[in-house]
Amino acid sequence: MEEAFQFIWYLIIGVSVTFYTVLDGFDLGVGCLHPFARGDQERRLMLNAIGPVWDGNEVWLIIVFGGMFVGFPPVYATICSAFYGLIMILIAGLMMRAVSIEFRSKQRSPRWRAFWDGMFSAGSYVIAFTIGLVLGNLIIGIPLDHRGEFIGSFWGFFTPYTVLIGCMGVSVFMMHGAIYMLMKTEGKMHERVRHWVNPTIVIFVIFYIVATFVTLVFKEHMIELMHKIPYLFGVGILTLFFIACVPFFAYRKKDGTAFIFSSLSITFLVTLFGLGTYPNMVRSSVNEEINSLTLFNSGATLPTLKVVLIVAIIGVPLVLGYGYWVYRIFRGKVKLDEASY
Amino acid sequence: MDVTVLSRIQFALTAGFHYLFPPLSIGLSLMIVIMEGIYMKTKDPAHKKLTMFWIRIFALSFALGVATGLVQLFAFGNNWSFFSRFVGNVFGSALAAEGVFAFFLEAGFIGLMLFGWNRVRPTLHYFSSICVAFGAHFSATWIVAANSWMQTPAGYKIVGEGDEARAVLTDFWGMIFNPSFLDRLTHVLIGCWLTGAFMVISISAYYFLKKKHTDFARMSMKLGLIVAMVMALLQLVSADSTARGVAKDQPAKLAAMEGVFKTQEGTAMNLIGWVDTANQSVHAVQLPGLLSFLVYRSAKTPIIGLDHFPKEDWPMVSSLFQVYHLMIYMWGGMFLGALLGFILWARKKFEKSKWIHRYLVLSAIFPFIANEAGWFTAEMGRQPWVVYNVMRTSQGVSRSLDAGQVMGSLIMFSVIYIFLFSLFIFLLDRKIKGGPEEEKERGDLVYSDPYPKGAT
Repeated sequence: MEEAFQFIWYLIIGVSVTFYTVLDGFDLGVGCLHPFARGDQERRLMLNAIGPVWDGNEVWLIIVFGGMFVGFPPVYATICSAFYGLIMILIAGLMMRAVSIEFRSKQRSPRWRAFWDGMFSAGSYVIAFTIGLVLGNLIIGIPLDHRGEFIGSFWGFFTPYTVLIGCMGVSVFMMHGAIYMLMKTEGKMHERVRHWVNPTIVIFVIFYIVATFVTLVFKEHMIELMHKIPYLFGVGILTLFFIACVPFFAYRKKDGTAFIFSSLSITFLVTLFGLGTYPNMVRSSVNEEINSLTLFNSGATLPTLKVVLIVAIIGVPLVLGYGYWVYRIFRGKVKLDEASY
Repeated sequence: MDVTVLSRIQFALTAGFHYLFPPLSIGLSLMIVIMEGIYMKTKDPAHKKLTMFWIRIFALSFALGVATGLVQLFAFGNNWSFFSRFVGNVFGSALAAEGVFAFFLEAGFIGLMLFGWNRVRPTLHYFSSICVAFGAHFSATWIVAANSWMQTPAGYKIVGEGDEARAVLTDFWGMIFNPSFLDRLTHVLIGCWLTGAFMVISISAYYFLKKKHTDFARMSMKLGLIVAMVMALLQLVSADSTARGVAKDQPAKLAAMEGVFKTQEGTAMNLIGWVDTANQSVHAVQLPGLLSFLVYRSAKTPIIGLDHFPKEDWPMVSSLFQVYHLMIYMWGGMFLGALLGFILWARKKFEKSKWIHRYLVLSAIFPFIANEAGWFTAEMGRQPWVVYNVMRTSQGVSRSLDAGQVMGSLIMFSVIYIFLFSLFIFLLDRKIKGGPEEEKERGDLVYSDPYPKGAT
């Protein structure tokens, strides 16, 4: 009974991670692409394309960590304390990015705006890369003692493999952001954005191929579950298919469809991550069998999970409902008015 | 310094800095709901302008609240991993509920509130403003519930021993409605409303002083004074109830707040003074028997003193005494401002009295200091426990950290916060000087591209 609830909560966190990466993914990508926009008008269009929604997108990150705190307290405690330095960098990025979106257009001075443009973009790169880096480290595992406390060092997080996953994170968000901007722009800017799409797809696909190859060859534990349940290889094949669909539809100017497939690609990359690491939530590179935190050895107890499941059952439809509503109201091409950033 | 001390300083810094903004947002959100409500009723364009101006100020405070609030999401796990493992089952459910119910509501509707003027009908815009205000209040509710559980834990049991011990939820509503929750929530929310009201009062007073936008200032000031007066009085009732709760549930905290070392009949209340911790005595102007009377409604009944508790369970008496009294002085400053403002307003002398304008411009700072001082009282008074009488603060700290790491992040936060705070003051100043008639400052602007042409 308890295990079933733990599994459900694990799925909920997985879904939240997916929502976060798909939604904040495009606005982080827009941030990464922001330096390539020309002139104040284009910069403002990019900011306002994500203006009313980025804040809500970021709440999914809060849900991921809040959900871990309540559903898997040791996982929350271990991830936050082990990745201390990286999370501080992530926090600095999140803070600077949030205020730069808000403050950039509050003054006319070109220097003021250029400064916040720089912060916004740098923040986006830092956040995207750090998230990838953390996920990469969760794939290969980090050294933990028997209580789940981290016993490694900060520089240990930077291995060729984890940096590769970090770069792949940045590249997939950039592709995603470019396609999002296609949907939100028109006229001259739309044509310029179209030129961004192909390079971002190519760069992402290169990182994706290298990362997949390295994972299959050197990180065999990532496909253990697939060996047990061969159907799951289908997920990998579907991922490949969805990624292939992105340039296919982008080339045919079906921007909305391309965005759907770009979102599906991210969803399936997250799913592959989940399948590869299952049942570990934090894999220990020391004494793996005993020290790793799995969803079963670190899950909360039944009464807590029951309560939060009720919270989720009431809350999630509301969240999705008004999320959908806000996106609907601000759908279509972005236009600047006196309330814009 | 060891990791525990540094981590406590860091938490005090990040939570304390964060807490400059939520009370302002919560307070202003209420003022905005009232103003927009008047606009909805009267359809008076002046009230729309009023609402739009205060929404601009609100947006500034909200943005900084979000940016600094994100830190708190990670803070428990970052520096307090053993605390997080211990309380996650109980404490986490309140935080998860906050995320799902409150943050999404705020984040979803803030976009409409800020950008939706031309996109949706006025009723729907008003609905968004109400949702944002409700979200902000609801968020405070869950956070205060979680913190109150740390003060007066209830609805849980402990399973396991030593580092493996876990607090496990037994009764969710018992946990949320723990003994101190309702008192503390009321106290916190009234503090927030005072913050909003005095911000409105202060900015309006500034316009009176500069003889600008006086029609606008008159509308704001009237509303501000009414809310401030009502809330300042209600805060007295709430303070009384809260303090009696502390006397019952956390007697050592109350004893330290008033520097009561010895339990004796007719305990005095200190008005102003200092604590000599070494000699266990208080040098202060005292009103004999008042504390006993306030807590027990009888000037005789003794207040339990610190002599009832082992010394290792004492909070830092001297600092606690001072922050607690600082909070009370700030209330005095607010009450005085609201009262004088009211009297002058009633006698129609308000607009000519420059001195009251000056005083009220300054008054915006009182609720901020009171909020901070109040939380320092609550949190320092809980020490040396992180969960009162259950887990010591030193047991909760992350053991994977070294002092260097925490020092590094502490410096990082200090630098970022000094920067953000200067920025907040700068932009607030600009907004205030810009006034309600603010031209479309974000209008189209052509300037040379700082990035080289053709950069792709």
